[in-house]
Amino acid sequence: MGMTITEKILAAHSGRDSVVPGEIVNAKLDLIVCHDVTTPPAVQMLKKLGINKVFDPSKILVTPDHFVPNKDIKSAELSKQLREWRIEQGIERYYEIGNHGICHAIAPEQGHVLPGQTIVCGDSHTTTMGALGTFSSGVGSTDLAAALATGELWFKVPDSMLFELNGDLPFGVYSKDIILYIISKIGVDGARYKAMEYRGSGLKSLTMEARFTITNMAIEAGGKSGIMPADSIAEDYVKARTSESYTIYNSDEDANYSERFTINLSELEPIVALPDLPSNGRFIGEIKREKMDQVYIGSCTNGRIEDLRIAAQIFKGNKVADGTRAIVVPATTEVWKTAMKEGLLEIFADAGCVVSTATCGACLGGHMGVLGAEEKCLSTTNRNFVGRMGSPKSKVYLASPATAAATAITGTITDPREFLKKTAAAAA
Amino acid sequence: MPELPTNLKGFAHVYDRAHINTDEIIPARYLNVHEEAELAKYAMEDIDVDFVKRVKPGDFVIAGENFGCGSSREHAIWALRGAGIKVVIAANYSRIFFRNAINNGFLAIECPEALGIVKSGDQLELDLLAGKLRNLSNGQEATFVPISDFARELIEDGGLLPHIQKKAAKAA
Ligand code: SF4
Repeated sequence: MGMTITEKILAAHSGRDSVVPGEIVNAKLDLIVCHDVTTPPAVQMLKKLGINKVFDPSKILVTPDHFVPNKDIKSAELSKQLREWRIEQGIERYYEIGNHGICHAIAPEQGHVLPGQTIVCGDSHTTTMGALGTFSSGVGSTDLAAALATGELWFKVPDSMLFELNGDLPFGVYSKDIILYIISKIGVDGARYKAMEYRGSGLKSLTMEARFTITNMAIEAGGKSGIMPADSIAEDYVKARTSESYTIYNSDEDANYSERFTINLSELEPIVALPDLPSNGRFIGEIKREKMDQVYIGSCTNGRIEDLRIAAQIFKGNKVADGTRAIVVPATTEVWKTAMKEGLLEIFADAGCVVSTATCGACLGGHMGVLGAEEKCLSTTNRNFVGRMGSPKSKVYLASPATAAATAITGTITDPREFLKKTAAAAA
Repeated sequence: MPELPTNLKGFAHVYDRAHINTDEIIPARYLNVHEEAELAKYAMEDIDVDFVKRVKPGDFVIAGENFGCGSSREHAIWALRGAGIKVVIAANYSRIFFRNAINNGFLAIECPEALGIVKSGDQLELDLLAGKLRNLSNGQEATFVPISDFARELIEDGGLLPHIQKKAAKAA
């Protein structure tokens, strides 16, 4: 019986020739990513147990991201605990404010993620890094503590679901639309406990940045991980960032999948997920052009440079609508700097957007754009649960950066193709 | 470490809904702390503002499918436990919540039939070994698959960290 990439990685990391779904394995970890919300409790647990040393500081990456720059005294204390702990443990891969970024974006961007690795982080969107052919999964603080202490963790080998992406995305449709489409098809628990594996000719047309958006949202379908085979695009991405060696795993022809889906990308259209579930996706032509009080472009889902370029293309020469606020939050400091050099920040500023430093910010209702009661926000983030971005009476709509930018300009939910056509016509 | 109690009694708080997520169980605005007693004050606030006032130590939460989906925050378990909840009985769970529960030695029972026989305020009895849920208020019963040996071992050891310590001590 053949194995999937996920099974191969888990077998290789637990000293086995093969594993099958349902088995519990103890897998060695290659990378543990730490941030300011879930790491301090893990550190406290270890201290309580008298475990004063992490297993290997060189396999740990630390960046404060959720509430930075610290939004209040309590969150300042969390960042402080994180900073002191990393010094005490001699962890060198540390990204202090000014170099920082959202953990799932900065880890691959700075060359710490290699194909074939096992990665955990105390955060559900750890699935993001699977786009580079890794097994990466989110855990809680106790798991994180165990991982930091021992360098390994128990996993139930997940069933894999196969998503075959064929064809090319039409004009004005992006990887965010693909994943919103998939989640709407299978539901927020459609991939519960499972690995969501992607392959097909459609992948080739997607950049790494676009791919991360897809694996990022595996958890929104309940997935344990999202994974893509590391192809030449992935290898180019990795080699541009590190010279470390790695192993690429590919699924066998006769690997076993619990379910298979084929998605023809050319049939997709821009999608908006209506409140209060990421699975409430509708093609944009099917929904009301509701008025939005705020538009948010950022997060580990859609705060990468490609996302900002797409948004800037639409904002250029336009203004944010009266009665709507637009907030742009680059996912990492490097994205921020590149956006500055490329003149994107100026385009955003001229259009009337606010541009923040990298932070999770209002994605989880932390700061930098929290919503009040009855307010509506169209956001490029990944979750639109009740109260996710602020008041439990606010509403969040999920969409691509292009849809977000177009919506900011008109103030109502708007098909980005209306603007992209105009831009194309103006350039002609 | 204490043996797993076989019989538990408590009052039910029923949320007949799927996909109750960790943002609802403990909203992110409270994540700047992680002390159980502090988090407990805000447990379930965005679904049910009076939850904390009503819960008594030992009570049960009963809910639908995919309980605890969304964010990986273990704060959700701590908030519920801090508020006095002893057991959650849901139709099924999100993966990370379930894992966090086991790792904390907290009981998360999968019993799809529970919603059909329980209403808020009923007194329940849980027989962990037999996989039986009894509603003492109306006499109805439901069954569930008893927790796996692996989960039982972790819970009996008091959670993942004590379990690892125990293993390390044995190896030494
Ligand atoms: S950007 Fe949002 S989803 Fe991503 S890690 Fe931060 S809070 Fe979580």
